[in-house]
Amino acid sequence: MRRIKHLIRKIWQDCYLALIMIFLYAPIATMMVLSFNNSKSRTQWGGFTLKWYTQMFASRNIMDALYNTLLIAFLSALIATIIGTAAAIAINSMKQVPKTILMGITNIPMLNADIVTGISLMLAFIAFGISLGFKTVLISHITFNIPYVILSVMPKLKQTNRYTYEAAMDLGAGPVYAFFKVVFPDILPGVLSGFLMAFTMSLDDFIITHFTRGAGVNTLSTLIYSEVRRGIKPSMYALSTIIFASVLILLIISNFAPKKKQAN
Amino acid sequence: MSKKLLAGPYLIWMTGFIVIPLLLIVYYGLTDRTGAFTLANILSIATAEHAKALWLSLGLSLMSTVICLLLAYPLAMILRNRQMGQSSFIVFIFILPMWMNFLLRTLAWQTLLEKGGVINGILTALHLPNQNLINTPGAIILGMVYNFLPFMVLPIYNVLCKIDDNTINAARDLGANFAQTLWWIWFPLSVPGVISGITMVFVPSLTTFVISNLLGGSKILLIGNVIEQEFTKGSNWHMGSGLSLVLMAFILLSMALIAKYDKNGEGSTF
Amino acid sequence: MKKRTFALALAAVTAVSSLLTGCGGGTSESASAASEGSGELYVYNWGEYIDEDVITQFEDETGIKVIYDMFETNEEMYPVIEAGGVNYDVVCPSDYMIQKMIENGMLAELNFDNIPNIKEIDETYMEMSKAFDPDNKYSVPYCWGTVGILYNTKRLQELGVEPPTAWADLWDERLSGEILMQDSVRDAFMVALKKDGFSMNSVDENELQQAKQDLVDQKPLVQAYVIDQVRDKMIGGEAAVGVIYSGEMLYIQEEVANLGLDYTLEYVIPEEGTNLWLDSWVIPKNAKNKENAEKWIDFLCRPEIAKANFEYITYATPNKGAFDLLDEEIQNNKAVFPDIDSLKNSEVFQYLGDEADTLYNNLWKEVKSN
Repeated sequence: MRRIKHLIRKIWQDCYLALIMIFLYAPIATMMVLSFNNSKSRTQWGGFTLKWYTQMFASRNIMDALYNTLLIAFLSALIATIIGTAAAIAINSMKQVPKTILMGITNIPMLNADIVTGISLMLAFIAFGISLGFKTVLISHITFNIPYVILSVMPKLKQTNRYTYEAAMDLGAGPVYAFFKVVFPDILPGVLSGFLMAFTMSLDDFIITHFTRGAGVNTLSTLIYSEVRRGIKPSMYALSTIIFASVLILLIISNFAPKKKQAN
Repeated sequence: MSKKLLAGPYLIWMTGFIVIPLLLIVYYGLTDRTGAFTLANILSIATAEHAKALWLSLGLSLMSTVICLLLAYPLAMILRNRQMGQSSFIVFIFILPMWMNFLLRTLAWQTLLEKGGVINGILTALHLPNQNLINTPGAIILGMVYNFLPFMVLPIYNVLCKIDDNTINAARDLGANFAQTLWWIWFPLSVPGVISGITMVFVPSLTTFVISNLLGGSKILLIGNVIEQEFTKGSNWHMGSGLSLVLMAFILLSMALIAKYDKNGEGSTF
Repeated sequence: MKKRTFALALAAVTAVSSLLTGCGGGTSESASAASEGSGELYVYNWGEYIDEDVITQFEDETGIKVIYDMFETNEEMYPVIEAGGVNYDVVCPSDYMIQKMIENGMLAELNFDNIPNIKEIDETYMEMSKAFDPDNKYSVPYCWGTVGILYNTKRLQELGVEPPTAWADLWDERLSGEILMQDSVRDAFMVALKKDGFSMNSVDENELQQAKQDLVDQKPLVQAYVIDQVRDKMIGGEAAVGVIYSGEMLYIQEEVANLGLDYTLEYVIPEEGTNLWLDSWVIPKNAKNKENAEKWIDFLCRPEIAKANFEYITYATPNKGAFDLLDEEIQNNKAVFPDIDSLKNSEVFQYLGDEADTLYNNLWKEVKSN
């Protein structure tokens, strides 16, 4: 009786998971199908083709945008991780009042609407005569990425035992050496997850980039938005399909790899 | 002592790119084209069009937040109760869509929802009447739920994972049924995750302008659209800034309300 | 504790990110390798409004590196140029916006010695340009066209509605949910103003209020306000009628034929008259590479280049040389190249001043929020 009940519950749960999966992946499947559609139209099937894939690799606009997107995501995540981790260490050692103030500032970009953050940055760049371009997008991305890093490093820092650090110093280690030997390994998971969070956020951002970008600097998001006007070129779907496929394959490999290690 | 110096770059950065830009918004919001002080930009929220847009945005984003919560909570519970190795893969599956561009994902929904779209095609094949799905408030809510659901699932999932199995078992042993365990154990312990989930869904839904353009056929004007248009099309930056300030106030207010229920909070809302 | 909750979930994505960064770096190096040489050119144009091969050809020929950027609407382009956050060298706005830029002293006079190919542009369009650029000093026409109604013959038959001939037909209640309107202030008001028999450059408060009321009345019938998505939606059979730019017609007709659809799409210029529009190249005053910009304009005026461009974007070209190179069938396609004489009620948009702009914007907001 109990087993049957358990089984029914499991089936019910699987159905629910499956439904959510369909909901999440239906648009992506649509996109993939469209990338093989011979017609440019989003609603009519014009036969199978691979031409959008060749066009995608030939299009300078798309390749530049892809390059910019990845470069900005990587650089902004890296810089934000460095600044953010340093800040988290400092904030952690502060007294209550300055700590609260700094954490308050950290929360601003997370609570603020993207559109307000983007516009405020644009106003500031223009007011200070900084011409909009690659660097302004990068600065903006670093700005909204730092809080994610701090928020993922802070909890790890709180868990670390400060006495091990002091013990290391007592045993003659310099502060830098002690930090990298004792504290850093402990907070590394937090630093890494902060970096990834920042990378993902930067990759998916449209609104802030839209307001702070300048001539010729397109990320995939802004390129797509400008194409909405004349209809999306299916080469965009082709690119997304490739990104999706490679991420998925990697995911599957990384999911099965550790199991092998354990078996050994 | 030297540790505090590490906050230097951060302080300089945040002052330059968060505090000063925000002050500029305040400045623009409180002045007119000639630079004279005025409250007109902020008070313009009271005009019929703006108030309606704000009201509509609040309604739609509230609705999508609730739907997200209702969908995400059982999901997070199911995921938590699965074996660890398997579930990390499942969590991946939820993040994966976020790596596809969100504009493309939203556009793909157009293809699905359109009159001659995929869903209506299936309905026709099943001899069911076609539905008018696109360009409705429902389509906008769907777009919001779709885009922001992972932001609700993941924080709740993480909080649930930290709940000790023994706590649950103890409740069971003491005779609590499922509903009681849910109400007395699961819910209270998952409040922090729920709150950060709500924040991460409500704020972007309230301020979106892209989803309402793409799935609402531009027939439905949300506050995000108004602000975006003031900046890009109407080129009235002062009114755009004024309305941004109002929006900011609304978000802070909602978050303060939510934070009140966050009993073991640390004074921050994320 | 809760602060890290979301971030933690993403920790697993490590491997994935390294893959993405890895593959991105490789492909892009070759893509960004552009020719070094005589400087740069910042071009600001409408989305998909040029054949990308033309840009490459220009770069190869002149050694100038083109930084190409796109905007969606005139209104979006203007503040970008005005704020000067980026110094574009050559921009392609429409008629009324060019007038606004001229009046606000934002444009530089062209040096036509550097643009010998200007002779290829048909006189008719230079005359047309005078509506917004009185002495033909600032602009060189690039594309032109009309705005009209595109309709789906089969869908209309099913609904029992005769093909539209006038803007007023867009208020037919039988077309409920079947109308696609343009999502820009001036285009939408043009439809209503023309329907009521007013000038589409009206600044009369009463006329505009009436037009606004008409648009509000029409809104329940409208399926969506869109810009260029009209094209795809009409091809997909999403709606019965749509307000559309004439330049899309060639593409639409080809696509309908390619797909073997069981309906045809026809284009009509409404009898009340319509918007005759012209997009022209101009050079902003703060341009840093003015001579390169003039080279660019001259290059685009070359008949074979203009023809290649026309074939890609399918918007009517004012270039006489290019027109002569086209097939007769296309030359006689009235949807693409209407007789100028048949457009006697039509007008070119004019810039109406800041005050009128604000009025239009506010009325449009009222329409949208209703």
